[in-house]
Amino acid sequence: MREYETVIGLEVHVELATKTKIFCSCSTAFGAAPNMHTCPVCTGMPGSLPVLNKQVLEYAIAVGLATNCDITRYGKFDRKNYFYPDNPQNYQISQLYLPICRNGKVEISDDEGNKKFVGIHEIHMEEDAGKLNHDDWDDASLVDYNRSGVPLIEIVSEPDMRSATEVINYLEKLRMLIQYLGASDCKLQEGSMRADVNLSVREKGSDTFGTRTEMKNLNSFTAISHAIEGERERQIDILESGGQVVQETRRWDDVKGESYAMRSKEDAQDYRYFPDPDLVPVVVSEEMIDEIKAKEPEFRDAKMERYRSEFGIPDYDIEIITSAKHMADLFEETVKLGADPKKVSNWLMGETMRLLKEKGQDAQDVKLSPVHLAKLVSMTEERQLNNINAKKVFEAMFEEGVSPLEYATEHDLITVQDTGALTAAVEAAIAACPKAVEDYHAGKEKAIGAIVGQVMKAMKGQADPGEVNRLIKERL
Amino acid sequence: MANIISDETIEYVGILAKLSLSDEEKENAKKDMGAMLDYIDKLSELDTDNVEPMSHVFDVSNVFREDEVVDAGMREALLSNAPEVKDDMYMVPKTFN
Amino acid sequence: MEIFEMTAATLSGKIRDKEVSVTEAVDSILGRINEKDKEYNCYITVCEDKARADAKQIQDKISSGELTGPLAGVPVAIKDNMCTEGILTSCASRILSNFVPVYSSDAVLRLQAAGAIVIGKTNMDEFAMGSTTETSWYGPTKNPADATRVPGGSSGGSAAAVAAHECICALGSDTGGSIRQPASYCGVVGMKPTYGTVSRYGLIAYGSSLDQIGPITKDVTDCANLLEVISGHDPKDSTSLKRDDLDFSSALTQDVKGLKIGIPRTYFGEGLDEDVKEKVLSAAKELEKAGAVLEEFDLDLVDYAIPAYYTIASAEASSNLERFDGVKYGFRAEEFKGLHDMYKKTRSLGFGSEVKRRIMLGSFVLSSGYYDAYYLKALKVKALIKKAFDEAFAKYDMILAPAAPTTAPVLGESLSDPIKMYLGDIYTISVNLAGLPGISVPCGSDSKNLPVGMQLIGDCYSEKKLIRAAYTYEQMMK
Repeated sequence: MREYETVIGLEVHVELATKTKIFCSCSTAFGAAPNMHTCPVCTGMPGSLPVLNKQVLEYAIAVGLATNCDITRYGKFDRKNYFYPDNPQNYQISQLYLPICRNGKVEISDDEGNKKFVGIHEIHMEEDAGKLNHDDWDDASLVDYNRSGVPLIEIVSEPDMRSATEVINYLEKLRMLIQYLGASDCKLQEGSMRADVNLSVREKGSDTFGTRTEMKNLNSFTAISHAIEGERERQIDILESGGQVVQETRRWDDVKGESYAMRSKEDAQDYRYFPDPDLVPVVVSEEMIDEIKAKEPEFRDAKMERYRSEFGIPDYDIEIITSAKHMADLFEETVKLGADPKKVSNWLMGETMRLLKEKGQDAQDVKLSPVHLAKLVSMTEERQLNNINAKKVFEAMFEEGVSPLEYATEHDLITVQDTGALTAAVEAAIAACPKAVEDYHAGKEKAIGAIVGQVMKAMKGQADPGEVNRLIKERL
Repeated sequence: MANIISDETIEYVGILAKLSLSDEEKENAKKDMGAMLDYIDKLSELDTDNVEPMSHVFDVSNVFREDEVVDAGMREALLSNAPEVKDDMYMVPKTFN
Repeated sequence: MEIFEMTAATLSGKIRDKEVSVTEAVDSILGRINEKDKEYNCYITVCEDKARADAKQIQDKISSGELTGPLAGVPVAIKDNMCTEGILTSCASRILSNFVPVYSSDAVLRLQAAGAIVIGKTNMDEFAMGSTTETSWYGPTKNPADATRVPGGSSGGSAAAVAAHECICALGSDTGGSIRQPASYCGVVGMKPTYGTVSRYGLIAYGSSLDQIGPITKDVTDCANLLEVISGHDPKDSTSLKRDDLDFSSALTQDVKGLKIGIPRTYFGEGLDEDVKEKVLSAAKELEKAGAVLEEFDLDLVDYAIPAYYTIASAEASSNLERFDGVKYGFRAEEFKGLHDMYKKTRSLGFGSEVKRRIMLGSFVLSSGYYDAYYLKALKVKALIKKAFDEAFAKYDMILAPAAPTTAPVLGESLSDPIKMYLGDIYTISVNLAGLPGISVPCGSDSKNLPVGMQLIGDCYSEKKLIRAAYTYEQMMK
C-alpha cells in the first residue's frame, strides 16, 4: 500500500456569550421551556427586521485579534438561502463576501511536540438555527426556536492539520483563547463549540490536495479523533481500490463508528448568497480595535510563563490551573489575599478537580470565593483545621459557598486549642491501650496509630493529629 | 430569444425555490424567464468595470443594538398562527429518517 | 358635504370643533364602504367593530384635549402588507389568507398614536407584485373613475378607496411605483418618501432595498400631514434614517419662485400617451407661471432602470418570500408526502402566478454561476442610475415627469404580457433604485375622462420642496 498523508481543515462554530441573540433582544439563556425565548424576529414573522447586537461584533473582533487576523474594516452580512424548518426565515444571516476577520494564524504543537502554525482563513458572524426534536409518536419533528438567532462565529482554518492530535491541539488552543476572552464558554458537549472536519488524503510527498469530504455532528474530542481515523481509512480504501472520493457532507455516528452521506436530491447546495438588504455595513474604526485590544486579557501562554517565574509552582500545577481562565483568576485572587501559592494550587488541583469530576462539571463552573479559599488555607496553616476537617469545610464551600470559619464553627470542626483537654485525652488513651503501648516499645512504630485514633475519637475529630502524635510519643 | 431556458434549469430553480410547477406552468416559466433574461441582458451594454455595486443608497453603517434582554413574552401569540403545534413547538413532517 | 367626502384636515378640524363626532366619521365611512365596496373591492378586511370601539376611545382623548393633530379621529385605510395586530394581514395572498399578526407595523402604531382609526385593510397585488391590483387572491379592485378599468397597483386598493371616499386617507407602499402610479390612475395624491424615512418594521417585504411606505390622500395638505405622522427613526429598522427635517406640513406654502425644474426629454418620448404628455406639460407650464424655471435635459440610463429593477427586486423577493413555507404561520397544503413535498405544495398552491414568476427569476439570478452576471451587474447599474440622478440634482431642484405612460388600462389587458406591464413602471422605478422621494399629483383627465398624474421627483431628503411645488400647483388649480 502507498503511504498517505491526511490533510485536515476545520470549521469551528462558537456560540458567543452574549446575553441576547444576534439580531433581536431575546435571551440566549439555556434550558428554557420550548420557544420561551422567541419573538417576531427570531421566528421569522413577516415584517420583522434584524438589528445587530454590538457585543457580537466586539467578541468577533476580539477573537480575530487573538488569532492574529486582519480585521475587515468594511464588512457586510449576507443571506444564505436554504429551506429547513430549524431556520425560520429559510435563510441564515451570515457573512460570505466580507467576513469580519481574515488571514490569521495560531501556534499549536504537532504530534512530536514541535511548534507549528495553523492558518485561519476567515472568521465570520452568523446566527444559529433552532432545535429539531424528533417525535416518534406522531412521526414528525417539533421545532423549538429558543436557539434560533443565538450568535455564532465560524472560524474557518486553512487545511494545515495533518493528524487528530493536531486537530485537538488546535481546538484546545482556540478554546483557551476564546474562553480567556470571555467570548464563549466553548463547551463541546453542550454544543457551544462545534467542529466540522474537512478531510482529504494524498500520497506522501504530493503537493496537490485530494478531494475532501466534510464531517458533521462531532460533539467530543473522542468523536473527532474517531471520525478522523474512520474517514482517513474510508478514503484510503476508496483510492486503493481504484475509486474516487466524492466531495460531500457526511454525518458521523460515534456509536456505530461510521459516517454516512447526507445527500438528498432536495439539497441543491446552491445557497444563493447575497448582501442582506435589511442590514447596513459594519465599519470598524481604529478606535474600536484599540478599545477591544485594551480589554484583552493575559492569555494562557503568557500566564503560564508568568506563573513559572512568579509563583514557583510545578509545571503540572500551572497546566491545570490555567486550563480555565476562571480557575486561574481564582488562583491569583486567592494568592493576592496572602495565601501560599502552592497551598492554593493544591486545593485547586486536588479537591476541586475531584469534586468537578464527581459532579460532571467544568472548571468554568467553579463557584469558590477567593476570600473563603484564602481563609481556609490560613486556618489549616494555623492548625485550626486538621486535614480531614479541612476537606469537609472545602466541600461545603465548593457546594454551598459557605464561609469556612462559620461552617467549621457551626459543625464543631475547629481543632481544640485547649492543651489541658488534649493532654487528658492522650493520657486516658495511653491508659486504655496497654497492648499498643507494649507493641510500640517492642519497636512497632505503627502501633501508635491505635492510640492516636482513640484520642481523635475522644476529641470528636477536633484535634491536630500531628500534635496528638507528638504528645503521645512524649509520654511513651 | 437569446436565452433558452431548459427543462433542467426550470427543474433546478424549482428545487431552489421550493415550487412545483405543472407542465403548463413550466412551459410558461421557460418562456417568461427567457424573455426576462433577454431583457435583463440589456444591462451588459453598460460598462461597469470600475463601478462598485450599490446595495444601499445611503452611506449608513454601524447600526447596533445594546446587548440587553427584552422578554417578548409572545410565545403563545406566535404559536397561535402555526398550522400545527405540539408541546409548544412547531410541528413539521419529520426532517430525517 | 358628506363626511366621507372630507379631507383629513377638514374632518379633524370639525371633530375638534365638535361639529362631527368620531363615531359619526367612522359610521359615515363604514356606510360608504357598505354602499360602494361590492363594486370596487378596495378592501380585503373592514374593521367595523374595532373601528367603532376605537372611535369611542379616540373621541374621549380628543374631548380631553389629549389628541389635537390633523389625523385625530380620522378613518384611515392600510394596505394589507402592513402588519396590524389582531387583524388579518394577507398581502392579498392565499399563503397568508389566515395570518393574524401579533404586532403592528411601526407606521400603523404612529398613526394610531396620532388618533387615526384603522378602518380596514386594502386590496393590492399579491405581495405588492404587480401594477394593476389584479394579481390579488381576493379578486381585482376596480377604478372608481371607471369601474371597467384597473386602479393601478400595487397599492390599488388604497388609491381606489381614497378616490371612492371609502376612507379619508390611506397608507400604501411603493417598491417600483406602487403608490405613485395608482394615485395617478385614480386621481389622488400619492407620495413615496426618501428610502429610510418611514420605518419598514412590520411591512411585509417585497424588495427590501426598495420598499417604502407612504401616504395616499385626497390633497397635498393631507399628504404632508400624514407623512409627518408616520415618519421618524425606528431602532427596529436598521435602514431607518435619523432626520430632523420631518416637519413636512411646514412646507405647505405657495412658493415656487426660482425653483429649477428639469424636464427629462427621455421621459416624454416614445411610449408616452399623447393626452398624458399634454396634461403633464401643461401642469409644468402652470408652475412656470408661478415663477418656476423649466428646462429640458437628458436624463441618462432611463432604459436600464427596468431590467436592473426586476433583477434586484426579484432576487430580494425570492429570498424574502422563503419564510412562507407552511411551518410557522399561514396556509399549509393539506396533502403532502414529507417535508420537502409539504414546502413545494404549500408554496405552489399558496402563491399566485406573478409571484411565482418573480420568485423563479429571483432564484435564478442569484444561483451559482449567474450571481455576478445578473445580480451584481444590476447593483452596479443601480450605482450608475443613482449617479445620473445626482448629476441632474446638481442642476435642478426637482424633476417633473408623468407618473405613468398611460391612464388606467381596462381590466384584464395587462397581465398577458409581463414585459409590457413592467414597461408601465418606466417613470417610477428608477426613483426607487436611487432611494429618492417622488410625489404624484392629479393634473387633469384624458379624453376618456380618466385621471392623469404629474410626478415630481426630488433629491434625497427634499420632500419639502416637492410638497411645496405640489401644493402650489394644487392651489393654483382650485
